[in-house]
Formats: sequence, structure tokens, C-alpha cells
Amino acid sequence: MTLSSDAAVAPVQLQRFSTAERWVHRTIGILLLILIVTAALLFIPDLGGLVGNRQTVRRIHEIVGFALPIPLLLALLSRAFRDDADRLNRFRPTDWKWLRSRDRRSGRIPVGKFNAGQKLNAAFSLGAILVLLATGTMMFFSSYFPDALRTGATFVHDWLSIAFIIVVVGHIYMALNDATARLGMRSGSVPESWARREHGDWAAEELGTVSNND
Amino acid sequence: MGRRIVLGMLGLGVVGVAAGRWLSDGVTEVVASTAPGLANVLPATGGFRIYTVTSGYPEYDPATYRLAVNGLVRDELSLSLADLAALPQTGITKDFQCVTGWRVANVPWSGVLLRDVLTAAGVEPGGAALHFTSFDGVYTESLTMEQGMAPDVLVATSMFGAPIQEKHGAPVRLYVVPMYGYKSLKWLSGIEVVRDVIPGYWEQLGYDVDAYVGTSNGRSDDPVV
Repeated sequence: MTLSSDAAVAPVQLQRFSTAERWVHRTIGILLLILIVTAALLFIPDLGGLVGNRQTVRRIHEIVGFALPIPLLLALLSRAFRDDADRLNRFRPTDWKWLRSRDRRSGRIPVGKFNAGQKLNAAFSLGAILVLLATGTMMFFSSYFPDALRTGATFVHDWLSIAFIIVVVGHIYMALNDATARLGMRSGSVPESWARREHGDWAAEELGTVSNND
Repeated sequence: MGRRIVLGMLGLGVVGVAAGRWLSDGVTEVVASTAPGLANVLPATGGFRIYTVTSGYPEYDPATYRLAVNGLVRDELSLSLADLAALPQTGITKDFQCVTGWRVANVPWSGVLLRDVLTAAGVEPGGAALHFTSFDGVYTESLTMEQGMAPDVLVATSMFGAPIQEKHGAPVRLYVVPMYGYKSLKWLSGIEVVRDVIPGYWEQLGYDVDAYVGTSNGRSDDPVV
């Protein structure tokens, strides 16, 4: 089957995320959701009052919190994940131009597999998870720390979690506005046309080496 | 670049933990002086945090609510809200310090001194400790008789000049001035005079029985006196 006849039947699909990556994303998403809900119950008196059982809610928050790094560590076994982590880590000169431009959605400045916003989101999320994990661990073993550090850990944990929740909500909002991006995370592949528009350099790179993936 | 952001956040996290107490006090002050309403929504800004040990807030009917005083007493009492209101009223304005670190300054409480309630019931010889129960069915607390007879332990019915709110332990709770918040049992429904201290709910979970602010639970907060 030639590329042109294949394209006539179905649009060319580009492989975007591996199975391992999608599972890691899904698992972290579910764990974060549980953490956010339990955090809200622990935090907001009127909400917590509806459910009560503070000790149980707290225990769930602690267990899920300590479980959060497990899928991240397992993900490091995946080649595709490490490659994407590497791409997220690397900022290109055009990324800064893209961030500063008013028409960043027009596709005028071609972006790679991830745009600068996604790179910032990934870095912030990883940093936030690590700091929340560290301060959460201090709160869990609070009897080993003097008051000042306990208060400090609680302070950082409280405020960073609010900032992180805002970023997570923003991430979900962006996804809700792009059905194809969601499809990419659900199925693993995206149509070539979407890739050309949203991630031009990545599409060129993929199409240069791999014509299709059926 | 991504790595630098992550490392930068870790660095900020360390600074935040080290300077957190100072920052926390600063934020509390700013919120209290500019927008006190925010304290109920934002974390660590001087508001109360509500800890319940059962599902939701326990319900009660003001008409049928009774505070039972029994055990080693001359007269067993069953006090309605009207009975409590008829006893001598005492007001106390003091800080409320939680063992988890937050503190609410200058909370005005009022109600009946515990010792006035105990005097009304008449403590029998051998009654050396107090066992408090909550109508949530789970929360219990304890004091020695000496601690309970001090002039800074209140059977509180009002807080901030209004009847105590559900989440703060309505309609009646304890306020034990010099001790951490968990000693100030909420949703109070029973005071039993006993021979020996029976550790309460939080004490069975590992918190100190003699819970003086600043000298227990491994903490060094300023005492509440």
C-alpha cells in the first residue's frame, strides 16, 4: 500500500505517546485527583464537615501522596518516556519567541513535539511534586522536626498545593479545548494535519523518517 | 532549562521551609489587617481548621440537648441549655493553639466555668479525674480534677459573641485555656467524675495527656496563660 492511497482511505496518523507514557499519565492523573479531593476535604472546613472522618481522609491523602512518585520512577524504564522528558527539558530559542508572541496559536512559529507552555508545565509539575513530596514527608514525620521547620513545611505545602492545583486545572482546561490533543493521549496517535498545525517541526521530523505507522 | 526550573523550585522549597514560620506569621498579619474574611478560605492565615473524627457534624436538638454530669458526684445533673444559661457566666478571651501548629489569637469565649458545674454537682471523695464524652459518639477527653477545677477551664456555649457554630462544637464544648486544642472537646454531652484519668481519643492516638501549650507534644509554642 502506498502512502497516497493509504492517506485517501484514512488520514495519516503520527505516533505521539507510547502505551507506557499513556498509562503513566493516566495513573498520575488519578492519583493527583484523589490528592486534590482529599486536600480540599482537609482544607475547607465546610467541605470537610460534609464528609468528616478526618483521620481516614488524612490517611488516604498520605498513602496516595507517597504512591505518587512510583509511576514516575517506573516511567523511567520506558525509552519513549525518557526521550520525551529530554525534549521537555530542552528549551529552543524559538520557544522563547513562541512564548512572547501574541499569535502563538497561529502556527507561524513552528514548535517541536512540545510547545514552550507544555515544557513550563512539565517542569513546574515535576518541581511541585518533588517539593510537595518532601514537605509532605516532613509533615508525616513531624515529630522529628522542630516547630519552626514543621510550620515552614506546612506553609510551603499549603501554598504550593494551591499554585499546583491552579496549574493542573489550567492543564485540564487546555485539554478540554483540544479534542485532538485528548485523542492523542487516549489513543497514542494524532492526525498529521493536527501535528502540522500545532507541532510543525515535530510533524516534519516524523514525516521525514517515518511515513506512517500502520 | 526544565531541569533549572525544577532545581530552582527545590531551592525555593528549602528557603520556604526554613523561613516558613516567619512568612506564615507575615501572611497571617497581612490577611488579618486587610481582609479577615480570607482567613476562612486561605490556608495558614489565622483561621481555625476543623477536625472532625466522625462523618460530618453531629446533630442535636436545642430543646432536648442535655449535658449529663455523673459518676462520683453527690447529685447527678442533666443540664439543658437553659440550665447552663442560668449558672454564673464567665467570659475568657485567649488564644487557641492547635498541636498541628496553627494558632488563633484572642478568641472571645463565654459559658460556665467547669468548676462551677462540678461544684453544683458536688464531687465525692475519690473523684480525682474527669472523663468527657461527645455526642458524636467517638470523641472523648480527660483532665485531672486539679486541672478541671482551675479557673481557666470553660464549659463554653458562646464564641465570638454568638452561639457556638456546629463546626466549632455546638451547642456546648470545652475550652481548656492552657492546653492544646484537642483537649477542648467539641459537642460535649457528658462529664463523668472518675478515680483515674482515662486517656481520650487523641491521646490514644499518641498525643500527650497533659497537653500544656509549649511544654508537651514535643512543641515549644508560646504558652497560653
